[in-house]
Amino acid sequence: MAELAVILVHSTSHAIAAERVLKRAGLEVKLVPTPRHLSSNCGSAVRIPARDGAVCEQLLQAAGVPVDRIELLSERKRGQEPFSEKGS
Amino acid sequence: MIYLDNAATSWPKPPGVADAMVRFLRDVGASPGRSGHALANEAERIRLDAREAVAELLGLRNPLRVVFTANATAALNLVLHGLLTPGAHVVISGMEHNAVMRPLRSLETGGAAVTIVPCGADGALTAADIEEYLRPTTRLLVVNHASNVCGTVQPVGEIAALARRHGIALLVDAAQTGGCRPIDVTGDGIDLLAFSGHKGLLGPTGTGGLVIHEDFDIDRLPALIQGGTGSRSEHERQPDFLPDKYEAGTPNIVGLAGLAAGVRFVLERGVEAIRRHEQDLTGRLLAGLREIAGVRILGPQDAGQRAAVVSFTVAGRASSDVAYELEQRFGVLCRPGLHCAPLAHRTLGTLPGGTVRFAPGLFNTVEQIAAAVDAVREVAGAATHG
Ligand SMILES: Cc1ncc(COP(=O)(O)O)c(C=O)c1O
Repeated sequence: MAELAVILVHSTSHAIAAERVLKRAGLEVKLVPTPRHLSSNCGSAVRIPARDGAVCEQLLQAAGVPVDRIELLSERKRGQEPFSEKGS
Repeated sequence: MIYLDNAATSWPKPPGVADAMVRFLRDVGASPGRSGHALANEAERIRLDAREAVAELLGLRNPLRVVFTANATAALNLVLHGLLTPGAHVVISGMEHNAVMRPLRSLETGGAAVTIVPCGADGALTAADIEEYLRPTTRLLVVNHASNVCGTVQPVGEIAALARRHGIALLVDAAQTGGCRPIDVTGDGIDLLAFSGHKGLLGPTGTGGLVIHEDFDIDRLPALIQGGTGSRSEHERQPDFLPDKYEAGTPNIVGLAGLAAGVRFVLERGVEAIRRHEQDLTGRLLAGLREIAGVRILGPQDAGQRAAVVSFTVAGRASSDVAYELEQRFGVLCRPGLHCAPLAHRTLGTLPGGTVRFAPGLFNTVEQIAAAVDAVREVAGAATHG
């Protein structure tokens, strides 16, 4: 399974905007609950394949969608705190 | 029935508007920004649809810089109360609506200074007219893009350039022009633009908002209403980012679902095509009314220089009587009186009696306009012949 990352944002309005910008660019994105150990700013985050991190950051910056930060989801952490898939 | 009150609220709406609202209430129903479940996310997607449509219509690249409020009045209040601290000076046109005047009269008692730039007899203004009224303390310039009384359109591009040259923020009241005339917030360099969702944007009542230029630093503009946004819930301070900063409280998503459909309809039809149709109807109204003895038309005589709003008086008759008779005898629905804009009526010299206002819209037909003109002829004829 490919390494995953999450884009952490400040608000749901940014999460949904990020989801839309990245989907339109043809990227593989999924709206997920923000893993609690990473942030409590916003309940939703955008999960992406880790290899797309840099391109996502560029696309979101160009579109004016503010990003808090992008975090790798390590296998170990995923094991600690499983998060269900939802949305989209 | 002939509905000529589109300057108050447009009617009918495209069928897709009611459909989108029903779909939201039936299938989604949730509040966005909170909870993070599938329905809350869907509600947020609907709100983003509305932001994207409005951004495209008004010439903004980033839809997150579209903020939704209950109506244009709330958006205007947000800016006026936010920027006009005691001692600040604001310059406005002589054609402003009470949505601007009333907050300003209140802010004046708190120490803000207000200067009204006189307009010509037809309500028109140029950037040069404004320039001599600017002071070192001028914080804000407010211009009604098109008069809701007589349709006079102001040169906002030219006025925006003036505001930029002097480093003064510009607030445009586009209640009457959104969806009816081309607007380019980015291209024209308009800092802040307030819109009604329920007029030319063809959405339902209870929608409107503020569009914020990329260059405008929102740290300068405090939030008027503060409260829950769903974001940063552990903080007791209002978020400092867009759009959450100005959108506290559960939003009117059912209204925004309708607004998104309304604006999409406008974009598909094309603002330029809508403007041409409305200008054609306005031109016919002006030509027809001009021929009637005892009728006096206010504002620019050329339909190309006005939004689809025509105000007139009938000699010897009160505007309210004329409107009542037009409705009772001919089924013509219009609005008499002062149209929430006593300042504009003062400029036009129609205080205190006001005018009868015909405001055609996208769905009015040439036949309806001819029938409305015939109705005025009947009413005015009765007035002049006893
Ligand atoms: C010029 C103008 N400004 C402001 C408003 C207020 O708009 P709203 O009813 O959306 O608050 C209106 C219409 O009512 C208007 O015509």
